[in-house]
Amino acid sequence: MEGKTLYTLLVYSENIAGVLNQITAVFTRRQVNIESLNVSASSIDGIHKYTITAWSDEDQITKITRQIEKKIDVVMAKFYRDEDLYIRETGLYKLSTPDVMANPEISRTVRRHDAFITEVNPTYVIVMKSGRTEEIMSLYHVLDDFGCILQYTRSGRIAVTRSPQEEVSMFLCERESGEQTGV
Amino acid sequence: MSKEIITGAEALMRALKNEGVTTIFGYPGGAIMPVFDVLYDYTRGERKVFEHILVRHEQSAAHAAEGYARVSGEVGVCLVTSGPGATNTLTGVADAMMDSTPIVVIAGQVGVGALGTDAFQEVDLVGVAQPISKWSYQIRRPEDVAWAVSKAFYIARSGRPGPVVLDFPKNAQTGTTEWVPSRVGFVRSYVPYPVPSSDAIVRAAELINNAEKPLALIGQGVELGNAQDELLEFIERGDIPAARTLLGLSALPSGHPLNVGMLGMHGNYAPNVKEQECDVLIAVGMRFSDRVTGLTSTYARQAKVIHLDIDNAEIDKIVKTDVAVIGDCKVTLPAITRLLDKKRHTQWIESFRPLQAMEEEKVVRPAIYPEDGPLLMGEVVNAVSEVTGGNAVLVTDVGQNQMFSARYFKYNKKRSIVTSGGLGTMGFGIPAAVGACFGAPGRMVCMFSGDGGFQMSIQELGTIMEHRIPVKMIMMNNNYLGNVRQWQDMFFCGRKSFTRMANPCYAHIAQAYGIPYCAVTDRKDLHAAVADMIATDGPYILECAVREEDNVLPMTPPGSSVDGMLLEIKI
Repeated sequence: MEGKTLYTLLVYSENIAGVLNQITAVFTRRQVNIESLNVSASSIDGIHKYTITAWSDEDQITKITRQIEKKIDVVMAKFYRDEDLYIRETGLYKLSTPDVMANPEISRTVRRHDAFITEVNPTYVIVMKSGRTEEIMSLYHVLDDFGCILQYTRSGRIAVTRSPQEEVSMFLCERESGEQTGV
Repeated sequence: MSKEIITGAEALMRALKNEGVTTIFGYPGGAIMPVFDVLYDYTRGERKVFEHILVRHEQSAAHAAEGYARVSGEVGVCLVTSGPGATNTLTGVADAMMDSTPIVVIAGQVGVGALGTDAFQEVDLVGVAQPISKWSYQIRRPEDVAWAVSKAFYIARSGRPGPVVLDFPKNAQTGTTEWVPSRVGFVRSYVPYPVPSSDAIVRAAELINNAEKPLALIGQGVELGNAQDELLEFIERGDIPAARTLLGLSALPSGHPLNVGMLGMHGNYAPNVKEQECDVLIAVGMRFSDRVTGLTSTYARQAKVIHLDIDNAEIDKIVKTDVAVIGDCKVTLPAITRLLDKKRHTQWIESFRPLQAMEEEKVVRPAIYPEDGPLLMGEVVNAVSEVTGGNAVLVTDVGQNQMFSARYFKYNKKRSIVTSGGLGTMGFGIPAAVGACFGAPGRMVCMFSGDGGFQMSIQELGTIMEHRIPVKMIMMNNNYLGNVRQWQDMFFCGRKSFTRMANPCYAHIAQAYGIPYCAVTDRKDLHAAVADMIATDGPYILECAVREEDNVLPMTPPGSSVDGMLLEIKI
């Protein structure tokens, strides 16, 4: 990804069918790959939050963000660099129980990486790790070297801004007072 | 008060009436039959509210709605069935999106229970319409009709206008609901009229006050914002020469002394060259289309750029802006004008004259006053323009006919040009002219097309015949798809791949449709034929046999800087 930065877009929209399509279409039109995507209800009633990461440059991501925000049902769209956000992802690692039992180094590695064993049965062990992409990938590579991984998955990124202001709430407050005064 | 229980179809009629709709362009079909059944009552007798124009193809319904909207400033409405009826409108929807035209397309849909089953004439309309419309919504319940229709009209007409698609499943048409009228004038996630930054206004005024060579680029935003008067005050106070985009042509009267012509690939020479010389470029309600900028990497690099636009997503999209004034130009133009010093830029404006004279001599005179040879498109347009005196509405198709008419037609009145700019949709002309006749009753509508575009919507002669729609159709027949042929000659070694076209006998076609017709092949007959067309009530087809291999000039070749515009080409 020469000359490109991994940007995170935080998009807030009304909870209406088809908004995700409209958002991804803005990327598709420019043939920009979405690296990760997380969609969930936000803390504001009726508002959905999309956390999207994509490799881009400032000029392109600015245009993409504005074109997303232009969609009628999108309340707000902003892009961020990693330093502006508190970021988390989750990795799930399904390991072979016989392998884990046979090699105590595997359990020690899991603990050293601040990961948790969340389920154990005679066939498999489930390990969970929260953190940034690199941390989750790093645990994956170590466990993979032990040859004990049956399945692995990493979630999309979730993020909250480090800004002291809650821009979406402020925007909606402003809009709703505007409605009352007829602006 | 007792509750009034009505069907969703009836609710649609009432909601349309509440939005002030008077004209609907449509075509019935299975999934919209309950609506057409109610429409029957609303189009006749004492309950008559609407004029319904039965087009001959759904694409034409959308283009007619566009033509209607462009001249009237009201929302154009189009009513079609599901599946093919709906997909046929999509070219018009995309066209309206590109050219910021407010239309609402209402399409039938299979019942909600059958959605996703590949039912007969089912298509995921919202899915396919979303990327090419301003808003698309499926009205799944009769109780949602009133607010959804009002919201659709609000979104279509407010802010930067655009097309809205309503997908209306059959169960919601036949199901019943209590009638509760709705008036949507607020959507919390949508800010149609951003409040302009006063800082930006001050900085814009400062730049203009310090400019020695300012140049204003006028787009359709001025017409959409109904800010033609505000524009005049602005350019007159600052003594700023102004060039117009294709869609902004009638935002400023052709004869205004500060009007320096048309921008673009086939626009006027002086403004294209001067874009590369001005010190401050003031773009008002235009979007720096690639047809205007030519090669963007060299475009107006010397100038400070001020961009007035209502759409934030247009800022910095193509040309980097020094000052962005985001808002309705009806508000931002006078706000800047108040801060402007009264200026004279006589020397700068005078410097356009020699370039204008060059174009006049090399291009304009030979195009509109040829002395011999076959009839030319330019002289046909000029002849019609002279007789209509700048008061007619110009509707064009797409191609050479469009460029010649845009170049040589004159305008005194606002909202006088209807053309497919962004999408460049051949076949747009005839149906858009039908819509324009209903949108501007009392005004003369002159539709110019070539033989290619004419045949793409030739079936609408049926609509014109049925309603005696008074559109003057000037078809400039060169037996070619002329614009592509010109490019083949210029850039593809003259290999005329499928641009030569055999034509039917249009006299017979006109006769079959009962439309008065005249053919001009000889220059000496042109003026009499035009006069006869203008004097004839109702529709008219004037076929002009024009030079087969004419070229539109001047021309900025693709990939060239705007000042590389050619006044003559050697093929």
